[in-house]
Amino acid sequence: MATLFYLGRLMDALGTGTETLAIPPGVNDTAALRTWLDAERQLGGILTEPTVRLAINDVIVSEPCAISDTDEIAFLPPVGGG
Amino acid sequence: MVSLLDHAFDATDALRAFEKRAAGAGAIVSFTGLVRDTGKFGEVMTLHLQAYSPLTERGIAAAVAEAEARWPLTATSVIHRIGDMAPAEPIVFVATASAHRRAAFEAADFLMDYLKTEAVFWKKETTASGDHWIEPRNEDYSDRDRWSKTGS
Repeated sequence: MATLFYLGRLMDALGTGTETLAIPPGVNDTAALRTWLDAERQLGGILTEPTVRLAINDVIVSEPCAISDTDEIAFLPPVGGG
Repeated sequence: MVSLLDHAFDATDALRAFEKRAAGAGAIVSFTGLVRDTGKFGEVMTLHLQAYSPLTERGIAAAVAEAEARWPLTATSVIHRIGDMAPAEPIVFVATASAHRRAAFEAADFLMDYLKTEAVFWKKETTASGDHWIEPRNEDYSDRDRWSKTGS
C-alpha cells in the first residue's frame, strides 16, 4: 500500500489530507498516477496540473518518476509562503 | 536555529533569548511578522498555515545555510508559526547577528524574502465568505528576485 498526502487546496478537493491505497497494476510512474487518480476521483484535472509538484519519500522529484506500492507520495500545489 | 511552532509565541521573549545566544555580536537585526486582519477576501478571522515536514524545515535550513554563506553571521534564528492563528498574532520571527549592521540587515531581509515566497507553506484565510487558499503575490516574487545570483 502506498501512502498519499494532499497538501493545501488539494486536501479540500480530495476530502482528506492523507490516505493509504493500493496502486493498481500498470500505474508505474508519477504521470500514470496523476492521470489514474484524477480520473478515479473525478477531479477534472487538478492532479495533472504541472504546477502541482510531487514529492516521493520526502524528496521533490523530476517527472515522470517511477513509483512503487510502498512509497509515500505527496501532491504539493504551489506554495503560498508564510 | 529553525523552529516551527503550532502555538502562539512571544517575539520579545524570542529576541531576548537570541540576544543571549548572540552575545558578542556588534549588531542584531530582528523582524517580527504579524497576522494581518484583512486579506484579498475581506476581514480575516483565522489564518491557517500548513507545513509538510520534513520538506518545510529542510528548505528553511537551506536558506539559513545560504545566508550564512553569503554574510558573516554569528547567529541566526527563524521561528515560524503553523496551524491556526488570529489577526495580530506573531506568525514569523527572524533574527540575525553579525559584527556589523549591514550583514545583519541584509541577511534578515534575504531570509524573509525566502519565507514569503519559496518556503513550503500553504496558507488559508477564513473570512465571513468562507475559506480561501492564498497563493503568492507577484511582488513577493520580485522581492525574492532581488537576491538572484544571476542578477535577473
